[in-house]
Amino acid sequence: MSRQQLLVGTRKGAWIIDSNADRSAWKINGPQHLGAVVSHFVADTRDPAVRLMSVGSGHLGPSIFISNDAGTSWREASSPPAFSVEPNGAARSVDHVFWLSQGHQSEPNVWYAGTSPQGLFKSVDGGGTWQEVLGFNHHPDFFEWRGGDKDGTPDGPKLHSIIVDPQNKKHLLIAMSGGGIFESVDAGESWQALNSGVAMDFYPPKEDGTEYEFGHDPHCLIMHPVQSNRLYHQNHCGLYALDRNEGNRWTRIGDNLPKEVGDIGFPIVVHPRDPDTIWVFPMDGSGQWPRTSPDGKPAVYCSHDGGASFSRQDKGFPQEQAWWTVKRQCMAVDQEDSVGVYLGTSNGQLWGSMDGGQSWQVIALDLPQIYSIEVVNIP
Amino acid sequence: MIRVFLPSQLDDYTQGKRELTMATEREDLCLADVIAELERRHRGLAFRVVDEHGNIRRHIAMFIGEQMVRDLAAPVAPNARVQIVGALSGG
Repeated sequence: MSRQQLLVGTRKGAWIIDSNADRSAWKINGPQHLGAVVSHFVADTRDPAVRLMSVGSGHLGPSIFISNDAGTSWREASSPPAFSVEPNGAARSVDHVFWLSQGHQSEPNVWYAGTSPQGLFKSVDGGGTWQEVLGFNHHPDFFEWRGGDKDGTPDGPKLHSIIVDPQNKKHLLIAMSGGGIFESVDAGESWQALNSGVAMDFYPPKEDGTEYEFGHDPHCLIMHPVQSNRLYHQNHCGLYALDRNEGNRWTRIGDNLPKEVGDIGFPIVVHPRDPDTIWVFPMDGSGQWPRTSPDGKPAVYCSHDGGASFSRQDKGFPQEQAWWTVKRQCMAVDQEDSVGVYLGTSNGQLWGSMDGGQSWQVIALDLPQIYSIEVVNIP
Repeated sequence: MIRVFLPSQLDDYTQGKRELTMATEREDLCLADVIAELERRHRGLAFRVVDEHGNIRRHIAMFIGEQMVRDLAAPVAPNARVQIVGALSGG
């Protein structure tokens, strides 16, 4: 067994939480950047000393901080993500950096960032300077893809879930809320929509009976780290799976969740070795869309058969009157034989399960609203 | 001499300094020149208060004297008092 480290980004700063060798005890370290909005706080599997953090503020513009000593000290990007004037004359401004993803294992120092409003950026120097991925940001159809500024989350439209295929460094996928899922097979030069089969209940049906090609609202897109043909995504309009060996049309596996719970949520994670095992945290997407635990009873749902069936996992969680939810970067898994599953809540609680979700324990109770968690294996 | 007053939100850039002076006798300076000088002295500060297209960020306010301005082209007299504040927002 290895020690685990949780990188926690919150609405009010960042924390690093370390486990002992058997994950039975945790030590909370921090805060760092107290008061800053940390949308994403990530590690680098290519260099165990590197951490990147998206730092925003209630007042100041967005930035990215880099650590080369595992989070002990930080330096600021000298040129954070920023939009150029677009071919149509639009002059958008980055409000915050919402998502950070490392580049391919074979490309040290390459990073990608997704912003609000939606934009894709790349760094080739370890996060110090950032350039627009112009094949995406200046794509002639970009403004059609993304919809208007109202087609986004309550705190702005976002580009997220940036995935670099471990098997092919030129194969990129991204998701936009709103806008849908897009992929590139030429390292970002050109892009195609990947939304076939996905519902879009918030728009009227097309009169010709066809589907919308884009404009959807994926909340979180994941690719299995070993079998990269296997994709899942939690959408504003359901939970979906896609096996690229069988085509390019998503299947709504959320239909197999209990009807009284529904299949709306933000996060989804997949087992590091078994592409059929996934965990989701459904939220209440009915009526006024409270986005809370359904009926005030939080539960993770786990599938071991690719979404054909789900089991409820709520042992250890409050059994009533718990109205939190879990945002899209706020669920993570470790690599242990008995996989640890972790989630951070909208009311600052960090929960962990060291038995694949069967039972849950509190790791931290009183952090600020959690915006992201990531697990780092400490050998 | 231009006096510039800075908010606590920029302490990380100014090492806690909240008041700066800029000696000048030029009559043709504007707010953009003041921000450029701040950036020269405290690298990274400008992008946190002005966006990539030269607009003052939404939750930042800038005053020349007691006049709030939103345009970096606003003229700044050689004896002006410039204040940058974090606007009343957030929670």
